[in-house]
Amino acid sequence: MTVLLSTIATLSLLGILSAVILYFVAQKFKVEEDPRIDEVEKMLPGANCGGCGFAGCRAMAEAMVKQDDISALYCPVGGAECMKSMASYLGKVAPEKEPTVATVRCGGVCAKRPRTNEYSGAKSCAVASSLYVGETACAYGCLGYGDCVEACAFDAIKINPETGIAEVDADKCTACGACVKACPKKIIELRKKWPKNRAVYVSCVSKDKGAVTMKACKAGCIGCGKCAKVCAFGAITVENGLAYIDPQKCKLCRKCVNECPTGAIVLKGMEPLPKEPKTPVAKPAADVAKPTAQPAAKAVEATKPAADKTESVNEQK
Amino acid sequence: MKTFPLGGVHPSDNKKWSNAKAIEVLELPDVVNIPLGQHIGAPATAKVAKGDKVLTGQLIAEATGFMSANIHSPISGTVTAVDMQPNGQGLRQMMITIKREGDEWMPEIDRSLDIKRECELDSDAIIAKIKNAGIVGMGGATFPTHVKLSIPNGCKAEYLIINGVECEPYLTSDHRTMLERGEELLIGVEILKKALKVEKAIIGVENNKPDAIAHLNKLIKEKNFAVTVEPLKVQYPQGGEKQLIAAVTGREVPPPPGLPIHVGAVVCNASTTVAIYEAVQKNKPLIERVVTITGKELKEPRNLLTRMGTPIQKLVDMAGGLPEGDVKVVNGGPMMGRAMVNLDSPVTKGCSGVTVFSGNDAHRVDMECCIKCAKCVSACPMGLEPYLISKMSKKQMWESVEAERITDCIECGCCQYTCPAGLPLLDYVRLGKQTVMGIIRARAAANAPKK
Amino acid sequence: MANKFFVAPSPHVHSAQSTQSLMRDVLIALLPALAVSVWVYGLNVLLVTAVAVISCVLFEFLIQKYLIKGPGTIYNLSAVVTGVLLAFNLPSNIPWWIIVIGAAVAIGVAKMTFGGLGHNPFNPALVGRVFLLIAYPVQMTSFPQPTSNQFVDAFSGATPLAAVKANLVEVGDINLLNMLSGMMPGSLGEIASLALIVGGLYMLWRKVITWHIPVAVLGSMALFAAVVAFMKGGGSLFYELPAFHLMAGGALLGAIFMATDYVTSPMTHKGMLIYGVGIGVITMIIRLWGAYPEGMSFAILFMNSVTPLINKYVKPKRFGLISGK
Repeated sequence: MTVLLSTIATLSLLGILSAVILYFVAQKFKVEEDPRIDEVEKMLPGANCGGCGFAGCRAMAEAMVKQDDISALYCPVGGAECMKSMASYLGKVAPEKEPTVATVRCGGVCAKRPRTNEYSGAKSCAVASSLYVGETACAYGCLGYGDCVEACAFDAIKINPETGIAEVDADKCTACGACVKACPKKIIELRKKWPKNRAVYVSCVSKDKGAVTMKACKAGCIGCGKCAKVCAFGAITVENGLAYIDPQKCKLCRKCVNECPTGAIVLKGMEPLPKEPKTPVAKPAADVAKPTAQPAAKAVEATKPAADKTESVNEQK
Repeated sequence: MKTFPLGGVHPSDNKKWSNAKAIEVLELPDVVNIPLGQHIGAPATAKVAKGDKVLTGQLIAEATGFMSANIHSPISGTVTAVDMQPNGQGLRQMMITIKREGDEWMPEIDRSLDIKRECELDSDAIIAKIKNAGIVGMGGATFPTHVKLSIPNGCKAEYLIINGVECEPYLTSDHRTMLERGEELLIGVEILKKALKVEKAIIGVENNKPDAIAHLNKLIKEKNFAVTVEPLKVQYPQGGEKQLIAAVTGREVPPPPGLPIHVGAVVCNASTTVAIYEAVQKNKPLIERVVTITGKELKEPRNLLTRMGTPIQKLVDMAGGLPEGDVKVVNGGPMMGRAMVNLDSPVTKGCSGVTVFSGNDAHRVDMECCIKCAKCVSACPMGLEPYLISKMSKKQMWESVEAERITDCIECGCCQYTCPAGLPLLDYVRLGKQTVMGIIRARAAANAPKK
Repeated sequence: MANKFFVAPSPHVHSAQSTQSLMRDVLIALLPALAVSVWVYGLNVLLVTAVAVISCVLFEFLIQKYLIKGPGTIYNLSAVVTGVLLAFNLPSNIPWWIIVIGAAVAIGVAKMTFGGLGHNPFNPALVGRVFLLIAYPVQMTSFPQPTSNQFVDAFSGATPLAAVKANLVEVGDINLLNMLSGMMPGSLGEIASLALIVGGLYMLWRKVITWHIPVAVLGSMALFAAVVAFMKGGGSLFYELPAFHLMAGGALLGAIFMATDYVTSPMTHKGMLIYGVGIGVITMIIRLWGAYPEGMSFAILFMNSVTPLINKYVKPKRFGLISGK
């Protein structure tokens, strides 16, 4: 019994002593922190993805509290709403940014881009791309070993085993930009996010000459420039044999989609424009008016789907 | 018998297929592609344009700055293009394409086989001649030789070490060169001694080439050369510059930016030394080299004296063509060579061999879990921990891998060779090293203007 | 084209060693000791070994298939090695269900919980053995006599270590030759000193292990024992005590087969020496002054826990780097 009692007594004493010591140590080394940091951190999504440029949500919260001007800060995951609520809590002005979405710009699916060899090294795009051209003859296309998949904290990007190319789930994508950094071929771009995941973009980044591109991949951009000619908004530039659609200028008019001879311009979330019959020379005026009218209408009511309104306003032309 | 102090592996050398085959002259190709960047440093600047006529040995591209090398036409004919062409890895780079018309040499080149021993030139003149001839390290590193020979201020060369190790399995081009061009090699050593103003010259040869050692020793004795031949214990990567210096002199080159000259050593490959002899004594630029074409299932492995720019396919044809089925064609040896996808790509200055793997050898072994067997740590000749830096690189912990000295890595592949789990250790280490080197350069660039 | 081109970064050749071949070599190295054990204790030994191996493999297979759902790792033979090593740590007359429990702890708790081969911080076979030692101390410490009994009758059923610890016998009275050949009570794998050494030499020749750990463990134990012998007055003890300690108990089995377990030992040669000396010293302290007669398993498990620390701070000698910088 005495053994039991003495054991309990010494242990309790030890416990109390340690608690007291710990208390004083904690007091002495206490770090004063702005309590608002904790509050702001709670408002952040807590994904710690680094999409804001900081090491994690805590670091972002600190920056939000400490900097007077937070216009350079933006949490792509939380989006405008999150930024607004934090800004109003801190009494600062929230930066405005339109939502974006990661877009994989490669259409070299297995059927279009024949495999010429088999890679058996480490399954990493970075390793493969530093070694050689890749399993196909295209030095610019998606390698499909999934460095972007590894980088994504939101399970929003996957390699489609059928095509061997990365695909983004636009609903899950938070536009944190991790995949953009991870891709050694610089294929992924953050583009403006339209409602209902609509998109028009050039699904190719090959800067090879047209003939070289065509030999390597049937879905590549050959830099013919037909798309740039039909674009009414000056959104398309062709440089180094590669067309690029500026997401800020593009109004989703879809005219370029039908022009592209290789199908490198991809249309998502919308029906393509009806193919113009090859013999509309008879009534050119009406035909010109109709397609060009649509984008203009969209320009006015930006978020509405491209309706079949045919107001003949055409400021651009 | 001497060898280097740390790590190393001993893969079966498989030199038996080609080491008894005398060097043969490969017939001239009809079209050659000459890459402008076939050495370390800045790519050369093209001096010819489409339609120009060139002679064999004519300068067609000039060194861009000090850290670069001249390039000469390996055949005579007409330039048909200066354009981007895919290299062995399928990546496009600038190349000069020449269509052959006969084989007319530049008049000042002495093509006779007479051996010329006397050299009246002084150090600077020798180095200038080597620079003009566009000579680079022919062991595979392709470091411009004139840069190596230009000793920086404050340093003094004590040892000239000739690398006749050829530690890469399969390859025999240096071996055959030492056997068949021994005297030229020894004269080349004398020239280099003069250029560097050193007394001690040592040829390091692994003792799996006893005939080469005996041949060189006999020549040294008969013709009275002041050179010693050092037989070395067979161990890969003995032919690595740092390992060879340590094996021969016992001195260890400090980690980067440490250079061999900081321990008083200059290393030069055996084939390069023969090329130096030809450049200095015969005015012949670097336009051809011995290339070993070998492989387990090749019908006729050979050692071929090949003009630069010859398509690899031509060598493969000479060896009886590729075996059926799965193949891996490697530019270089099995430990450090680069796998190729484009056999129309040219032989370049650094191409010491073409190794063909077929069947199961073309595949990698299956991957398993790391069991922490520590074999990679024991095998690393630089005293690194490959299992650790590989894993850290995979996780992109760049600061940690830099602290673990990833930049010391010489990419010899011992770690991956020895890994019983078949892990792609070097794949990730190489990636990490490239990334860290980039970070270091960016840091240096950022710090530079502040000073 | 008839050819299919393969591409991978260098190196393009690989050594013949694989995880499976290494494990196979360990098993071959264990055979002599098993044979001696059968000779000393009879066929029961094979039964114990078979039960241990089968249950280890079965547990790994089931856990791999239904809990982890990863790729099968049965074929790398590591579970077989664990099974044999576990059996080597048991008395030959142990009930079969205790073996199964030991295997469940070794594979289920010590190995697969951490993610399987390569991730376990402690030697699975030893965790199994120590669990059984604490859970079933009676069954684990009563050893049958060797069938052909030539052993000193004074301490029947006790291992030489336990007998010396209990002051039943003096070290000087024990026949060292019997210990070398395996004629002594003990768990089935630890008795055959000579056979274990032969196995160790085989593994060294096949480059499965390096000399560092066994030499460090045994060397430090011998040195420790010699110092103790010196304190006790020396004389013939000088060689008897070290020899006795090296051959008694699990010293050789531990030093050659258990401490050298890849996963749980350090990565650098320097680290291996530190680790080995740690095991040797702790073993001797437990043997001489601890509550248990034998301390090898505890010492190894303790040093297993230190291994990550050793890996972190003990770095290999870097090429070209002057020490201290």
